[in-house]
Amino acid sequence: MSTTESDQIYQPPTTPLRGSGLAVRLTAIVGAIVVTAGLFLYAGGWFTPHKLTPAGIVNTFEYLNGVHSGFRRNHAKGVCITGYFESNGQAQTISKAQVFLPGRVPIVGRFALAGGLPYADDTPKTIRSLAILFNQPDGEEWRTAMVNIPVFVVNTPQAFNEFQLASSPDPATGKNIPGAMPAFLANHPETAAALKVIGTHPFSSGFGDSPYYALNAFRFVNAQGESTPVRWYLAPDQTFEANSTAPTGKNYLFDGLIAQLHAKPLRWNLMLIVGQPGDSTADATQVWPSDRKQINAGALTINTIESEATSPTRDINFDPLVLPDGISPSDDPLLSARSAAYSQSFRRREGEHKEPSAISTSEVEK
Amino acid sequence: MSSYTKSPTQFAFPSRILHWLMAACLIAMLFIGVAMVASLADYHTLLSIHRPLGILILLLAAVRLVTRLLTRLPDFPPSMAPQERFVAKASERLLYTLFFALPLVGWAMQSAGHYPIVMFGTVHLPPILPARPELYATLRETHTLLAYLLFLTFLAHVAAILFHTLILRDGLLERMVPWSVRAAEGKGRI
Repeated sequence: MSTTESDQIYQPPTTPLRGSGLAVRLTAIVGAIVVTAGLFLYAGGWFTPHKLTPAGIVNTFEYLNGVHSGFRRNHAKGVCITGYFESNGQAQTISKAQVFLPGRVPIVGRFALAGGLPYADDTPKTIRSLAILFNQPDGEEWRTAMVNIPVFVVNTPQAFNEFQLASSPDPATGKNIPGAMPAFLANHPETAAALKVIGTHPFSSGFGDSPYYALNAFRFVNAQGESTPVRWYLAPDQTFEANSTAPTGKNYLFDGLIAQLHAKPLRWNLMLIVGQPGDSTADATQVWPSDRKQINAGALTINTIESEATSPTRDINFDPLVLPDGISPSDDPLLSARSAAYSQSFRRREGEHKEPSAISTSEVEK
Repeated sequence: MSSYTKSPTQFAFPSRILHWLMAACLIAMLFIGVAMVASLADYHTLLSIHRPLGILILLLAAVRLVTRLLTRLPDFPPSMAPQERFVAKASERLLYTLFFALPLVGWAMQSAGHYPIVMFGTVHLPPILPARPELYATLRETHTLLAYLLFLTFLAHVAAILFHTLILRDGLLERMVPWSVRAAEGKGRI
């Protein structure tokens, strides 16, 4: 990067501007810079402080639960697993993703309880989640974070934020704000309808005998370029047992899972629900009609369990939009919002000192 | 000074094209970057553009640096005092550094964050760092700071060029315009 300009002798400009011409041009320059800077700040949301952002969603979790150093802002209490997915090849008709070729791909994942409290006691009614990362041989990944309710309670990120505030105890009093939930439901009939659907799917006794639903619709794209709306869920091979036993300890759900996995691997079938034209892909509170075709794509086997203290899976963001070629996002607005909010939570927790997880290494080895 | 050693009045044609191409990419990139972190609805779409566009900028920066090293650069106009030339050269170095640093920090940060570096379709890049949480956190903050620094340097660059072109009228901009400007036209008339 050398030039020869230093050989030249400095000469002041020959025709300097004066008077009004100068003022107009200086104003134009300053104006151009200010407008450009203003547009940049506008794009970054500086002039719309009340618009909900990814940081705003995570702030709501921190407001309701406090900041727990090093933990996920939601689904904070968890344990890590590994295993494999054995594809039977049947999903190839609707997706070209390598994971659906016949054969086995390794998986890592995490069982967790919904909520931002990493040391909360297990309860029969807390929503349970299973997040899975499929490692394709070509290096692509498929990440999915699923829960044990068949539909989601809201269908927009704004409603999610309001729902969190209405359904959680006020951090100041420790009690739910009277009337907040009825008011929310009055404004959100889709939530009231979703809660009814959720009520007709009672929870199972533990992590191992539970189904896990992806909630959002996606689009599968096959080798011919045909796009199909799809929702998926994991159907347990383990016999469903009613959720009737009282908690036997603060970690009883995780302890039950650990005991089961020490005895034998656990298995789920990956079920793909194939949507038809007209089925809503943008509304996670709705179920598709029950006669929709289902494809069993293969079996997911989980055979090892590990504490977050030792598993690298603690530092994986189960962003639902990390997808292989052959699976694409739908028009569901929750997908991009989840991706953005998960990223914000990840960014915050990765830089924090990591407190030990409730499900410790010694607990997992029991 | 004999005529064949005289400096060109403009940057080499490939350099001029690369300058405006990269300017468009970088301005788009800065706006995409600042918008996506604040957006719920467009986060994924913007991120899907941000990653491959960043790698494109890295490639363009490499080609541009090589072109710059292989070609003769035009002189600064006589209207620039030695101190201003020093500042101009320093800002060029800073811009080139950021052209490389921002995409590389982005790539490294995604690697440290255990993310696949997706370009498009099945095309993805290998990680350039091992997955390490504390490294991710540091690089993530660095990426933002460097982006703001690039935006401020860009504003200063534009302000300086406009000042020279509109106020001093020394024809500084003509060194970089994509079309050909003859030496005799070198004095500003705008």
